[in-house]
Amino acid sequence: MNEKSEKLIDKKGIRGDGRKADELRPLKLQVGVLSNADGSAYIEHGKNKILAAAFGPREMHPKHLAQPDRMVLRCRYHMAPFSVQERKSPAPSRREVELSKVIKEALEPALFLELYPRTGVDVFVEVLQADGGTRCAAITAAALAIADAGVPMRDLVVACAAGKVDDTVVLDLYDAEDKLGLADVPVAYMPSLNAVTLLQMDGILKPNEFEKALNMAMEGCKKIYEIQKEALKTKYMVVKEVDE
Amino acid sequence: MPTFFEKKQLVTPGELLAEGDYLPGENTYIENGKIYASRIGLVDSDNKKVNVVALRAFYVPKVGDIVIGTIVEVGFNGWTVDIDAPYTALLRASDVLSRPFKPQNDELSAVLTAGDLIVAKIASYDRAHDPQLTVGEPGLGKITRGQILRVTPTKIPRIIGRKGSMISMIKQETNCQIILGLNGVILVTGKTLEEEELAIESIRKIEEESHTSGLTDRITQLLKEKKPIKVEETQQ
Repeated sequence: MNEKSEKLIDKKGIRGDGRKADELRPLKLQVGVLSNADGSAYIEHGKNKILAAAFGPREMHPKHLAQPDRMVLRCRYHMAPFSVQERKSPAPSRREVELSKVIKEALEPALFLELYPRTGVDVFVEVLQADGGTRCAAITAAALAIADAGVPMRDLVVACAAGKVDDTVVLDLYDAEDKLGLADVPVAYMPSLNAVTLLQMDGILKPNEFEKALNMAMEGCKKIYEIQKEALKTKYMVVKEVDE
Repeated sequence: MPTFFEKKQLVTPGELLAEGDYLPGENTYIENGKIYASRIGLVDSDNKKVNVVALRAFYVPKVGDIVIGTIVEVGFNGWTVDIDAPYTALLRASDVLSRPFKPQNDELSAVLTAGDLIVAKIASYDRAHDPQLTVGEPGLGKITRGQILRVTPTKIPRIIGRKGSMISMIKQETNCQIILGLNGVILVTGKTLEEEELAIESIRKIEEESHTSGLTDRITQLLKEKKPIKVEETQQ
């Protein structure tokens, strides 16, 4: 693992894909791409391509899953068979089930669950192409899909990862860095409320490195947040310009 | 007590709107004395209240609202009605039959069956119970003719206009009967297809351009432009 990782950052501090340590991958976000869903979003984060669709609030099916005192948020994270180099079985893997849960829990704090008891909101995340950091890109897109569905939210949720590669703390790891690097810290964050809704760590970091990674990821989230807000506004801006 | 927005500014969920001596209105919430938007929409404030007119929302039932729904299921002693809300509504058989309901005598599907459209009023609704409908008032009941169109529920007030000015103008100019379901479903019934089409066209225009000024004038113009066909007809 370590023999290869030496090549991940060159002497000038430039990473394998030409970025600096604290630089994000190019990001593209689009809202309202699916007409059959109540809300939807599409994200291209580096080589990641992810679709998110949201439905609801609507009656829960099966009915026994409905909660008498609150709304239920359900998430399904799924990777398309063609999203990775080796064909991935379309059946939900252990990893996908876990990520579905993680994404659900990262989005829940943003919703007013107590407002619409006995109902459910469904979010479907489909990874079309994966290149590391899909859970973060998925959260960013899913939050937009929920907002586009008209579900009231405390804030949009943004996610971004930081990690450690060759003794350097870097922002927004891509696939090779994720696999060969020393640590990965995905963070989901609500910038307006300054609240972290997801914090995971894979690998080993010293306390000061962890702090640096967390702050770096939060800074990255803030940058993505601006793009995210702009994407949501763009959908409705078109409507606004027509009449002006 | 500053505010952080311009009038009619487009805001996204989580955007800070005001601080201090303000009240949270529609589609906003307050946390630690700060008011944030909770939906995408246009901000506005009247007096001390900060409102966001949502551009995207869903219908939440309210007692007394007139809604248009579709029967989805015939049950033992009533119907289940889809009213385009997070909850499905119930319509009791005794309410429709206006006499005591006996399962052995009455065949419910002969009165209303799956797919039928009804105009109804929300009789009761709270957090714990699904909304219950009533059709026991004049103007309510099964829809037999006309055309249905759906708009975002938040646009209904704009279609009604100030004190009903917009809708009454459309009704007058097109000779159509228009029933606005507050759940965003609209029923247009006219004498001719052309009149119905004109009414639908103007409602669509209002929906698309709902947040602009001078809309009433443009709708008047649209109605006047398209009207000559009808004038000729009356002259013949």
